[in-house]
Formats: sequence, C-alpha cells, structure tokens
Amino acid sequence: MQGMMIARAKELLQDGTVNRVLGWQAGEFAYDITPAVFETAEELDAGFVYNAFCGNNLSKYLIKETKKDGKVLVFLKPCDTYSFNQLLTEHRFDREKVYAIGIPCEGKTSGEMLKAKGVSGITGIDEDGDSITVHTVYGDQGFNRSDVLEERCLTCKSKKHVAYDELIGEDGEVLDSHRFDMVAKLEAMTPDERFAFWRSQLSKCIRCNACRNVCPACSCEKCVFDNPESGIAQKAAADSFEENMFQIIRAFHVAGRCTDCGECSRA
Amino acid sequence: MLKISLSKIQDLFAAIAADEALYIPADHAGQPEFMRWEAGMQMADALNTVRSAKDFFFPQTENLVTFKMQGQKIDIIDPRSETEDFVVFGVRACDVRSFSILDRVFLVDPVDSYYENRRKHGTIVSMACSKPAETCFCHSFGIDAAEPEGDAVCWKTEDALYIRANTEKGEKLIEKLRPVLEEADDAPVKAQQEQTRAIQEKLPLNSFTTEKFGGDVLLKVFNSDKWASLSEACLGCGTCTFVCPTCQCYDIRDFKTGSGVQRFRCWDSCMYSDFTLMASGNPRTSQKERFRQRFMHKLVYFPANNDGIYGCVGCGRCLSKCPISMNIVKVAKCLEGEL
Ligand code: SF4
Ligand code: SF4
Ligand code: SF4
Ligand code: SF4
Ligand code: SF4
Repeated sequence: MQGMMIARAKELLQDGTVNRVLGWQAGEFAYDITPAVFETAEELDAGFVYNAFCGNNLSKYLIKETKKDGKVLVFLKPCDTYSFNQLLTEHRFDREKVYAIGIPCEGKTSGEMLKAKGVSGITGIDEDGDSITVHTVYGDQGFNRSDVLEERCLTCKSKKHVAYDELIGEDGEVLDSHRFDMVAKLEAMTPDERFAFWRSQLSKCIRCNACRNVCPACSCEKCVFDNPESGIAQKAAADSFEENMFQIIRAFHVAGRCTDCGECSRA
Repeated sequence: MLKISLSKIQDLFAAIAADEALYIPADHAGQPEFMRWEAGMQMADALNTVRSAKDFFFPQTENLVTFKMQGQKIDIIDPRSETEDFVVFGVRACDVRSFSILDRVFLVDPVDSYYENRRKHGTIVSMACSKPAETCFCHSFGIDAAEPEGDAVCWKTEDALYIRANTEKGEKLIEKLRPVLEEADDAPVKAQQEQTRAIQEKLPLNSFTTEKFGGDVLLKVFNSDKWASLSEACLGCGTCTFVCPTCQCYDIRDFKTGSGVQRFRCWDSCMYSDFTLMASGNPRTSQKERFRQRFMHKLVYFPANNDGIYGCVGCGRCLSKCPISMNIVKVAKCLEGEL
C-alpha cells in the first residue's frame, strides 16, 4: 500500500495536479509517526510511510494547508473522510485546493497500545497481514492486530470512504460496530456508579490541550478556554471537579459535530 | 546495604507512613501515577509515571495569596498551611535529576518560598531502573539509571528491595526504617547494575547526544530554516511541557471570588498562544516561534545561563506522549547537522 501511495503521489506532483503532499513521516522508532508535508519525490522516498501506526487524522491540517498557495494532496482513511466532510460543511477549508485520495485501513495501533501490553525497549516492528511482531532489546513479541488495536478502531463504524477524488485499494462497508455497547453499559449504571465512573476517567486529565487541539470538530480560531476575555479561560482548574468540567464542556461543544474519528481518545 | 524481602514491602511502606505522608507510583485509572499510599496499595512496576515527580514541589496549580474585601478593608491572607513532611518513593534517576534543574530556577535569588518550603519537607527515595525503554536517553545527560541520585536509593530485584542512603535526610529515614530492614550483601545490586548498563548499550538512543548545542550556537540554531518543517504538525497542545519534569513556566492569575480575589499560579506552556501575553500580545505570533522557544530553551538558553547544563533529563515522556510524535530528539537530530 505504502509503495502504491508513494508512486501515485509522485505522479500527481510530477504532472502538476498538486504542489504538496500531506502524509505521514517515519520517526526514530518504528511507531512514532508524525504528520508531514512532502514537496518532492526525494522527500517522499526518504520519509513517507503508511502502516499500522499512521493513526493521525490529517483532515484538520487542511485548514492550515489550504491557506497556502497551490494544491495539496491528502491521504484519508475512512474515518478521516467523515471529519473531512464535517470541516467542509463548516466551511473550514477550501475544497478547490485539495486533492483527496481515500486509502484503506485495517485498524491502527500505537506505541502506547504496545506499551500497555508490557512491551518495552522497541527496536523494530514487522507487520504481516494480521500479525504484528515487535522486536525489543528484551526479545521478540508477537501480537494479533486485533489484540493491540486502539479502542476507537475496535469500534470502527465504517470502512467506507464518504469523500475522495480517487481511491487506492478497495472501498469497504459501513460496519455494525458495537460502538454504542459502552454507552448502553453506561446507561445501565445507577447515577452514582456513572458519576464515579466519570470522575475516575476524567481524573486522568492533565489539562494539556491535546484532545481539543487534535480534534477536527474543535476548529475555533480562539477557544473560549484560551481567551482571557471570556472569563472562563483556564490553564488550570481550581479543583478536580473543575478539571472534569473542562471535559464535559468540550463534550457538549462538539456533540452533533463530532464524527467519531477517535483522535481525542488516541491523544 | 540494607534490604527487605518484596513479600514484606507493605511493612516498609507502613513504617515510612507512620509519621509522614508517603507517595508511591501506583495504578490510577489504568495509568501509573504517584499516589498517596494507604494500607495495601501496590507499587506499580511501570518505568515512569505519566506526570513527573515535579508536581510534589511545583504543583500544577497553587494558591499564592488571598485578598478578602469587606467594605474599605482588605485582608491579605497567606493561604499556605505548613506543608507536612513527605516521602516520594520510587522516583527514577531522570526525575531525580530534574529537581536539581528546577532548583536552579526556583532556589536562586529571589528564592521561591513556596517551592523551597516543599523541597525542605520532602525526602526523595529513588529507584534504579532495570528495564529502560527505547525512549530513555538519560545517559546523554550523564545520569546513571542504575545508580540514581536522591536522599536514599533503592534497587528492586526478583525477590528483594535493596536500599542505601545518599544524604543526611536519607540516613534519617533509614534509621527510622531500620527495624524492618536487614543487612545485605550488595552483589545482586551490582549484577543488576551491570545488566542495566548492558541493555542501555543496545537501546536506539544510546548514542544520542545534545553536545553540539549550547549558548555558543544560539543564533545559528535560532535562524535555522528547519524550524518551519519541524513545527509544521505541532498542535500547540502543550502536552510535552506538562509531562516534562524540567518545564518550569507558570502563569499567575487572579480569580474573583465575589468577596475578594484569589491569586493563584498554574503551569503555563510556551506552546500556548497566550504564553507571555503582554499588552502588545504574545511576542511569538506563530506556532513555529512557540515551538522553537521550547527547544531553544532546553538546548540553548538554559545551558547558556546554567554552566552548560541542558534543560532536559532524557526521561522520554515527550517522546511517548506527543500526539504527533514530534520531540526533542527529532529536533536535535535534525538541527545538529547544521552545527
Ligand atoms: S471529539 Fe474526538 S472523536 Fe469527536 S471529532 Fe473530536 S477528536 Fe474526533
Ligand atoms: S510538540 Fe507535540 S506535545 Fe508539544 S505542543 Fe506540539 S503537538 Fe503538543
Ligand atoms: S524534554 Fe522530554 S525527554 Fe526531556 S525532560 Fe522534558 S519530557 Fe523528558
Ligand atoms: S519556556 Fe517552554 S520549554 Fe522552557 S520551561 Fe517554559 S514551558 Fe518549558
Ligand atoms: S530515562 Fe533513564 S532514569 Fe529515566 S526511566 Fe529511562 S532509564 Fe530510567
């Protein structure tokens, strides 16, 4: 897949359809992939990757990218195309300046997911179909892809692309994903249990702004929490309850516009 | 060298907690964090906590002063209650070193009395690492993960916990714990240390160094044209600064309580748009400039002002927590080619 994507990107750069390519760049280790803009075939050869660790949703970067001159090629996983459409509906970027290629996704994992399984000292990772082999200084460890998938991918709602100029690979179907199973579980809780559940989950918040800044639905130029004039600007919470409130306010702000891309839970 | 069998470790915790607060790394909603020990709480085996140990001395939020108004009268109240003595147990070598970096900021004139107060009341018991991760690069800063600093230091083997004092504070603590400890031979510790150092040799960041950076290359680094592409994907979320044990910036704000003003401080991040906000706005108008500030500070400004000591201890938190996986190692590796 990666090879086909690089080849197609080179063609589109070559024939002048696009000026830049928005994709994923390899990192220091096998899993620490960074979204990046590539401008030449050499740059693509040197660093472009697409694998099980390319979780980042690139659609939000289009806001910034389409403010520049020329046209940008973007690769979108199925879930990313939903955010793409949502941003388009809100007139957040210029569709004319984007060439979108839909790419298949078998579900993503991450360095953090592997570490949660007790893996450490990672020196390399091999993917072969559904099996993932992690090489570490403490020996090799093998996993089934489904055992290390991110939560959002376990409940993936669709393998079907809802926006693209062209597709590489087969398009999939909308899935029956059980993504409301957890919601049903929450609804079945007593109010006290539910309150305790959320207090515990939200107590993990360190009040950085990763979930907000990564979110394609959170695209305000200036968030109320950053605006000293708003009266509720907070870099800090007075107590743990206020900390929880940040999450709750954000949840209400994106309700109805959230496309379930799962970026916030990844962050 | 003294030791206690791991099966009796709760006795050790109980002995420490008898007359002061004890914090250990433990499971917090699925993540390792320092938590106040209570009977039966298990110590997490994780290498590093999500938040660093700096919180104990420089908490994320802290009340500085309270103003109470009654008509024409304003009462100025110091909200500090005498901090109790406490022990932070199981701090990794990287985090222990971060305290000496923070000391260089908060304990120089004018001394930050809030920080100083906490430092005085805290005893640090460090824990040697035996299973370093690929993100660890403490050795680049001359930190020995197998022989951490701290008031007292521990090594955990298969079946026992070894402990030794490094400072007077540490000796006082061990004196108190003497009844639950037994004399031990230090051979198992030596063996573990050797093993840990051998593992470090094999880790991907083993040869990473920041040596080329420092005050001498200030303009060269500052003016590099690589900053644009390095910062391209940065979300400005500030996660890297919040999890970083050596980040030291804070913001002071006033909160109207209705009957007065609560003045508090909270961590700030150079990655934020309202960082160092002045009447003229933020002097760093783009994310590129804010991003550059973080790395300039750690690799250039801090060593320039602090005898060549870098503002990083190689704990690797920013490597694993950044949502776009951009970090100090990638930045330094990209820029060092130009130096
Ligand atoms: S709230 Fe989370 S899942 Fe919803 S659009 Fe934002 S990042 Fe994606
Ligand atoms: S470098 Fe990473 S963690 Fe830091 S502000 Fe940028 S995106 Fe957030
Ligand atoms: S910059 Fe990163 S590696 Fe260095 S001390 Fe801070 S969090 Fe740790
Ligand atoms: S300037 Fe930035 S990098 Fe330096 S201590 Fe402050 S927040 Fe951390
Ligand atoms: S950076 Fe060094 S001291 Fe810190 S956890 Fe890793 S090996 Fe241990």
